[in-house]
Amino acid sequence: MATPGAAIGIRARGVRRVFPGAVTALDGVDLDVAPGELVAVLGPSGCGKSTLLRLLAGLDRPDGGTLELEGAAEPGALACVFQDAHLLPWRSVVANVALPLELARVARPERLRRARAAVEEVGLADAALRYPAELSGGMRMRVSLARAVVTRPRLLLLDEPFAALDEITRQRLDDQLRALHADRAMTVVFVTHSIAEAAYLADRALVLSSRPARVVVEHTLDLPRERTSRLRAEARFARELGVLMQGLERSGA
Amino acid sequence: MTKKILPPLVALVVLLALWEVLVRALAVPAFLLPPPSAIAAAFGSDAGLGRALLTTAGAALVGFGLAATLGVLAAIALASSRWVERALYPYTVFLQTVPIVAIAPLLVIWFGPGLRAVAVAALIVAVFPVIANTLAGLRSVDPALRDLFRLYGASRFRTLYKLELPAALPQLVTGLRVASGLAVIGTIVGEFVAGFSDDAGLGIVILSAYRQLKTDVLFAAVVLAALLGLALFAAVDLAGHRLLRRWHPSEKGAP
Ligand SMILES: Nc1ncnc2c1ncn2[C@@H]1O[C@H](COP(=O)(O)OP(=O)(O)OP(=O)(O)O)[C@@H](O)[C@H]1O
Ligand SMILES: [Mg+2]
Repeated sequence: MATPGAAIGIRARGVRRVFPGAVTALDGVDLDVAPGELVAVLGPSGCGKSTLLRLLAGLDRPDGGTLELEGAAEPGALACVFQDAHLLPWRSVVANVALPLELARVARPERLRRARAAVEEVGLADAALRYPAELSGGMRMRVSLARAVVTRPRLLLLDEPFAALDEITRQRLDDQLRALHADRAMTVVFVTHSIAEAAYLADRALVLSSRPARVVVEHTLDLPRERTSRLRAEARFARELGVLMQGLERSGA
Repeated sequence: MTKKILPPLVALVVLLALWEVLVRALAVPAFLLPPPSAIAAAFGSDAGLGRALLTTAGAALVGFGLAATLGVLAAIALASSRWVERALYPYTVFLQTVPIVAIAPLLVIWFGPGLRAVAVAALIVAVFPVIANTLAGLRSVDPALRDLFRLYGASRFRTLYKLELPAALPQLVTGLRVASGLAVIGTIVGEFVAGFSDDAGLGIVILSAYRQLKTDVLFAAVVLAALLGLALFAAVDLAGHRLLRRWHPSEKGAP
């Protein structure tokens, strides 16, 4: 039994998801994520990564197997960042970030204070009163990230969140995400199709097979906790990339 | 601003001058086509145009308000489930196809002549575009945003007024724009059949001017009805622009 406020662990056994038309997206997924871990999920396109994440978020139900999240009862304990920012265009940046607190009926002064803090954390304090239509793609993604962490979630699920951004912006957001993760008791599951992003970001990487997806490779990254862009040029980083690359090739990509 | 207003103004003046000159030169009888000067004079005559305008404007506003309110409520009800939509949507199309002149007598029997029957006629004519556009807007909400609201445990009602209605607002405003013009048309047609009361509206003025062959008054009433429709449209357009200005691409760079 997890204590309130602690990060959430995940335990999945033989999870299956079959869509209408006999499309088996997941079959026999076994997965363990320890509380507070930062795990990257890699896999070929269309293999079922988003499907897995939706199951973890409770937005969809498995057709077989068991899926347990330790201590994820109340709303706000879980947060998602999708592939696009998906902001409410009629709300300013702060109001967008405050939305989850509003839905949890947090009082107005309190939620504005916390939303401003989260906006600052992702470095958007100057743009707090702008509207989504007035932001760049990278800024919108940061708003989306701030909105996800504003409830202090104990499990954060991200589905290729920075895929559409340029390399530099993406690296900056990766750093921000790692900083957020280091700051709080939060488990992070991060779907990406970039091997370099997985290696740089995660404590551990999982590789899924092509559809129907199963976990075929589990690899704990042998890299220091402190990650800076200098690491990307080092030999041990290249070695880890090689390991993940081989795993992905074996998975049938 | 002057660049936008000047060309149509010039065209109008040229047209009116041409009209005046031709009618006088060809000695067209006034009951066939009065010159603009005679129509202008009719505005000042004792035909009761001012009061008629007020009566018609009141009925049109009530009809438009009803169409907006009931149209949005109907769209919310239809959007509540696919089954309800399939069962009832065909009947809302009926509202659009029913000839209002044919059922206006029924409205008089039910609501009594005057404002009430006329406003209901305007409602029937104007409500369909509100329903259809709002429904399309409610249906087109980004599924990922629905997921987001579900994730945070939002109730159905809060999802409606914090997500679905704001997301449908651009389409709702489009529906209201169309409805504003239709409400005035519906009011005039409604008055033809159901407007016989102490407070005569423009529709009644048009009918009696026609019977007495006062074509100048008839023209003046038509001009007022058109201006009324234009004013209502402009008001809705302005309100929509203010609501959507900061966030919707359709309003980017508009005045
Ligand atoms: N709602 C659905 N109904 C039917 N089939 C679906 C549905 N959602 C996903 N699928 C199918 O399940 C499979 C896995 O989809 P999923 O979106 O999980 O892949 P993915 O790994 O996230 O791909 P990508 O890397 O391109 O995002 C696909 O073949 C897809 O067509
Ligand atoms: Mg996906």
